[in-house]
Order: sequence, then structure tokens, then C-alpha cells
Amino acid sequence: MTTMTDPPKASFQLSMLIYDTRYRSYTFQFIALALLIALMAFLGINLIKNLAEQGQDISYSFLGEPAGYDINQRPIEYDSQSSHMRASVVGMINTLIVAFLGCITATIFGVTAGILRLSPNWLVRKLMAIYVEAFRNVPVLIWILIIFTIMTAVLPAPNAFRGDNATSSMFLNSVAFTNRGVYIPTPIWGPGSMVVVLTFLASVFGVFYYRHYATKLLYDTGKLLPTGWPSLAILVVPTLLMFFILGRPITLDYPALKGFNFQGGLHIRGSLIALWFALAIYTGAFIAENVRAGIQAVSKGQTEAAASLGLRPKRIMNLVILPQALRVIIPPLISQYLNLTKNSSLAIAVGYMDLTGTLGGITLNQTGRAIEAILLLMLFYLTISLAISAVMNVYNNSMKLKER
Amino acid sequence: MVQEHFAFVRSDMLPEAPPPAAETGIVKWLRENLFSSTANGILTVVSVLVVYQIVTSAAPWFFNGVWDSPSLTACREILDGKTGGCFAVLSERWNQLLFGFKYPSELYWRPGLAFVLLFIAAAPLLFGNIFPRKMLIFTGLYPFIAFWLIWGGPVSTPIFALLGVLFGAFVYSKMVKTSAGIAVVVSFVAALVFWIVSGYLSGPFANVMALEAIPSRDMGGFMINLMLGVICVSLSIPLGILLALGRQSSMPIIKWICVVFIEFIRGVPLITLLFVANVVLAYFLPPGTNFDLILRVIIMITMFSSAYIAEVIRGGLAALPRGQYEAGDSLGLDYAQSMQLIILPQALKISIPGIVNVAVGLFKDTTLVSVISMFDIVGMIRGPILSSAEWNGVYWELFGFAVVLFFITCYGISQYSQWLERQLQTEHR
Repeated sequence: MTTMTDPPKASFQLSMLIYDTRYRSYTFQFIALALLIALMAFLGINLIKNLAEQGQDISYSFLGEPAGYDINQRPIEYDSQSSHMRASVVGMINTLIVAFLGCITATIFGVTAGILRLSPNWLVRKLMAIYVEAFRNVPVLIWILIIFTIMTAVLPAPNAFRGDNATSSMFLNSVAFTNRGVYIPTPIWGPGSMVVVLTFLASVFGVFYYRHYATKLLYDTGKLLPTGWPSLAILVVPTLLMFFILGRPITLDYPALKGFNFQGGLHIRGSLIALWFALAIYTGAFIAENVRAGIQAVSKGQTEAAASLGLRPKRIMNLVILPQALRVIIPPLISQYLNLTKNSSLAIAVGYMDLTGTLGGITLNQTGRAIEAILLLMLFYLTISLAISAVMNVYNNSMKLKER
Repeated sequence: MVQEHFAFVRSDMLPEAPPPAAETGIVKWLRENLFSSTANGILTVVSVLVVYQIVTSAAPWFFNGVWDSPSLTACREILDGKTGGCFAVLSERWNQLLFGFKYPSELYWRPGLAFVLLFIAAAPLLFGNIFPRKMLIFTGLYPFIAFWLIWGGPVSTPIFALLGVLFGAFVYSKMVKTSAGIAVVVSFVAALVFWIVSGYLSGPFANVMALEAIPSRDMGGFMINLMLGVICVSLSIPLGILLALGRQSSMPIIKWICVVFIEFIRGVPLITLLFVANVVLAYFLPPGTNFDLILRVIIMITMFSSAYIAEVIRGGLAALPRGQYEAGDSLGLDYAQSMQLIILPQALKISIPGIVNVAVGLFKDTTLVSVISMFDIVGMIRGPILSSAEWNGVYWELFGFAVVLFFITCYGISQYSQWLERQLQTEHR
């Protein structure tokens, strides 16, 4: 039996906006909204006044004007006559390049260090702890500057590679570490190289198919096929065969010392390397902690239960620990990627031309369009962040333990 | 009755035999910890080699170091071809590294004193069970004292500021019976009015106990990092709590204001916010107002870190069981009381590690101000010191010093937070 009585229907009085909890929230929201509008109006009016005083306006037409400056790392066609818009796009691509490289390298560092921190080997455990603590507790800007100093002040100049009594030599005769950057060989795609690439892609699918088949066979018949070596064979053998059958269509272009500098090959600038590795090592230290915490979060009972079912240690790791640990590891891992991407804006400290260096740096200084440039800059990073967190929400919902 | 005859009966225990040599002492430890398998053995050998390599190359550099010389060339002469660091740059530029290159050298005692007092002020907050609670009074006074010491100026400025705060607190205590939310708003307005009025009254006191005023652009070095770190963290914790509560609120408008603010700030890099402080913020202020770059930076960094702290605290609030909220309601506490007495103490306790992480991260991020041409420690190293004729080219000593300074501070803070976590551990485990 329910005895719900309606609240006494007293007529509404103005004082209820303060004293009655039912109406008080309206008062608060009204005040908050009014304050917000007042603040916006205050800022807006000031902006209009200031712009009028300096004879400026808000306009994005500067994006169409020729930029007039050079960018040293150009993933797409660009020269100083290209527009500011194009300069920004180049910067955007450069940001994405360093973020992508950094994320991959940071994952490798982080996962390795995280797992080694749990190793039974005392010395390795301690070394990894030192790595993690040293890099987590010092600003990434300092690491970027340190690696940049190594790249520019410690490495030999190109002319140290010259002559018979050269003081430096190329690593494996193909990679040159100079103070102007690192030169590595690039592939030259000859005729028929397309076939090799396609073969490789097909063998990647082949590996997936084989593994799928092996799992299916295991579940249907209990027959266990080996997966390690056959996967590797499927991945490598057809591609190599095709490569040699077609008469080695892909060759390497080696960097060589010509004149005052190295020519040929791929030139990776010191600024990119400094940014890339500093971000990777720094973020890797954080990822290592996430990985360690994730693995430790799986309770010991899970390992014991799996062992009592008769699983071998490797299978315990693959089938029991990792699936549960990944659920814990992946969300902070993605937010570390996000941090890395945002930290890549420190490129401006070493002169790497990412979006902060082009749009937020030279373009801003040349055109004086501070508000517009910074707004676009923020919009770019905001878009990336919101996109990644949207992906993360979808992932979290799909991974959520379905309880009750 | 059968007599039993035994040839030999041992009446006492044998002494314990020592364990096998491989199962005891250092050998066992080595076997278990370093050479438990072939792979582990290889790892150990490789790591020992790496450590040996690092130590043998760093040790002569460090121990041969020159601590006293006027310039890099002089230092190289003293070293005479040997490996060694020129740590003389640290001793010669010590004051610049700590205080910047413009702060008047006869006044170094002022920030120094403020730094020492910081420990006294922070002690009762950090180690509440050791130091008497009365010391919290000094903690409350500290911001005003430190402001006066570092920036100088007449003593009336911090005193009126303090009186304004006290007036606001008085109004709050009178109003809190009706409604805590309204009391906050009213007391804030009251303090603001007090400050504005006192601004007109402070004229006659302009020379009372006036310390020489130092403009903020004259400050630099590690002092700036510490100042920004301490000020921004302490301002952003209360702001972060408000934002977190706002985000959890059932009032849609307030909730959305907080959500948009937090997500916007967390979505952009700090450096863009510093650009805003540097070049854009002036456009949004009344024409003619011209306040310090350092103040603008403090505003932006505080906004930045409060958004992160808000997310940490929101995590703490969400981690509390619903029963705690319901318990507060069923005791008849209103929103402010249940937050203050039941929810926040528990939520903040859960959020301590997260808050400390944000604080450490923020402290490290204060080096970013060197990008907008402020001369913090990194700015000092890259600017005036490395570009000077005497010390052009001495990288490792300077960067090493900065690394050590930050490492000590940040590692200390994180160790403290772990200690605090253990102290606050009330669960039975």
C-alpha cells in the first residue's frame, strides 16, 4: 500500500526561489546563466573595442595569402609562394607524423619496460624502475632539448665523413648520423614492385586466415596446430619468392656524401628525431606504469585457477591474464597517446615545423592574426582529442563487464 | 612383559645440517634473482655491461669536474684535455639559475625567506598528525606574506587583501544557515566590494613598511617554476572541486557549463593556452588594462590544471557507493552539509594520488613558459647562459642540473603522496 501524499499545494511565493529546495535550483541556474552571459558580453564588448581601437577585424582571409616562408620538412608539395592554408596543412601533417611515430615507439618502450619491471630478474627490475622514475619526474621539454642537443652538437658534421682519414663512418655503410640529421636509405619502387607489395598484403590476410582456421579446428576437433612458425612463413616466404622471381624490383637508394652534404636517401631532421624520441621515451615511462598496473590488477586467483585447470604458463598469460589486463591497460594507454599528441606541440622549442610552428608560430607572427590563428590551432587539437575520446567511449562500452 | 632392547636410541635431536651451498646466502639470492634461467642470465650480463658502460663514462666526467672557473675556455684549460665537466657554470651562474638575471641581487633574501617559510606553512598541511593545528593559522597567512616578500610594495596591499578574505568569511558564516550556495555567492561579492573600497583607502598607507617593489618581469629562474607550481596548484584544487561538483550536479545548465569548460581545456595543449595568455588575452580585457604576463600565465595555468583536477575528483566522487549519498540525504543533511561532512572527505581521499599526479605534471609543465619567452630555469639555460660568450657550449652540466632539480622535487612529491596514501588507509586488509 502506498501512501503518497502530494506536497501541500501552497501558492507559489517569490521567497520559495530561495528557501524551497524544489525551486532553488532554478535560482542557481538562472544566476549561473546570467553570470555566464554577462562574462561573455564583457569579453565580447572588450574584444570589439580593442579591435576597433587597433583598426583590426576578425577575418580568415589571411589563409589564402602567400605564406612567404619555407618549411624544412615537406610531406606534401609546398614552397614559400603557397598559401598560409597550405602551410597549416603541412604543419598538421607534420604533427600527425610525429604523433604517429611517437605513439608506436612509446608503446614499444612502455610495454617492454612495463613487462620487464615485473621480471624475476632483480637487476632488470631495478633498471626499469630507474628508467620509469627518471623520465616521469623530469619535464618532457628538458628531454626534448637534451636529445636535440645530442642531435645537433654532439654528432659529427657531414665533412667528418669525407676523405681517407674520415673521423666518422656511416653505420653499416647505409645510415649516416650527422649534426644535420640522420640519412637513411629509401626504397625505390621499380616496375613490378606493386606485385610484391600486393603479395605481402595478401600474405598478411593469409596469416589471419590461417590463425582463424587453427582456432576453429581447435574448437571443433581439439586438434592443436602450431601457429608461430607457420605464420611467419606465410608472411615472409611468398613475398621473398615474388621479390626474387620478378628480379628484385625494389632497390634501396643509399645516402652518399656529395659536396658539403649527404645526397639521396631519406633525410630525417634532428628536430624530428629529438621530438620523436623524447616524446616516446617520456610517454613510454608512463605507459610502462600503466602496463605494470594492468598486469598486477589481475588477481592472483586467476593465475592459480588457470594453473589448476592445467594450462601452461604461456597460455595462462595469453588466455587469462592478458585479456583481463588489456581491459585495464587500454583506456589509460589511449589517453597517453592523447597526451603525446598534445605534447608534440612542444615542437616549437626545437624548430620542428608542426602546426604550432607554422600556424601558431610563423603565420601568427607574420600576419598578426593572433585570435584567428590560435582559435584554429585549438580547434585542431580539440578535434583530435574529442575524436579519440569518442572512440575510447565506444571501446569502453563494448569492453564493459556485463554485470547483472 | 616383554623387555624391549634397542641397540641404540637417540635421545636428543641432531643439529641441523647447513643447507646446500647453492641454497643459501648470496649464492641463492644470485641464482634466484639474477640467473634463474638462461634468458635471465643473458639479461643480467647485458644489464651489467650497460651499467658499467654508463658508470665508467660518467664517473670521470663527474669526479674530474671543475667547480671554479670564470668561463668555459678557462675551464677547458684547467682540465687540460682530460674528461671532466665544467660545473663551474653552476657555481658562477647559481643565482641566475635560481632567481633569473634581473632580480636585484641584494634582495635575494626575500624570495629565499619566502621559500623557507613555504615549508613552515606547508608542514601542518602535509603532516597534519605531527605538527600542531595552530600552525594552520600561519598557513592561512602565508600567501599574503609571500606575496609581500616576493613582489614587495606597501604592506597595506596584502593586509587589505587578507581583511577582504576575512570579511568574506565572516559574511559566509552569517549566511550559511540560510543556504550555503547563496552564502558563497554573497560572501564572494562582499569580499570583492571590500577590496574595491580598500583600493581607494590604501593611498595614505603607500609608504608604510614598503619593501622595494619588484615587477614580475624581473623574476626568473627556478623561482618562477616554483612560484607557478605552488600558486597554480593551490588555486586549482578548490576550483577543481567546484568544477567536479558542478559536473555531477543535477542542474543541467551548471552541469553543461562545467562539462564544456573541462572538455575544452583538456582537449587543447597547455602551450596554446600560454599563447592565449601571451597574445590573445589582452584583447578580451578592457582597453588600457595591462596586467603582468606572469599573472596572465597564472590564470591560464590555473584554468588548465583545475580542469584536470576536476576530472580526478569526479573519479573519486563516482567511486563512492551510492549508499553514501543516500545516507547523507536520510540524515536530513542538505547538499552543502552532506558534501562537506560525508562525500568530499571520502572522495578527496580516493583522489589524492590523482591530484598529486596532476600537481607533479603541472609543476613539470611550468617549464613551458620558456616558450613564450619567460626566463624560467629552462629559459635561463637556453637564453642568457648558453648564449653568453663565457658559457657557450656547456650543455650537459646545465641540463643535468635542471634534470636533478626537477627529479628531486617531483620524486619527493610522489613519495610523499604514497606515504600519505598509506597513512589514510583505513580499510582492513
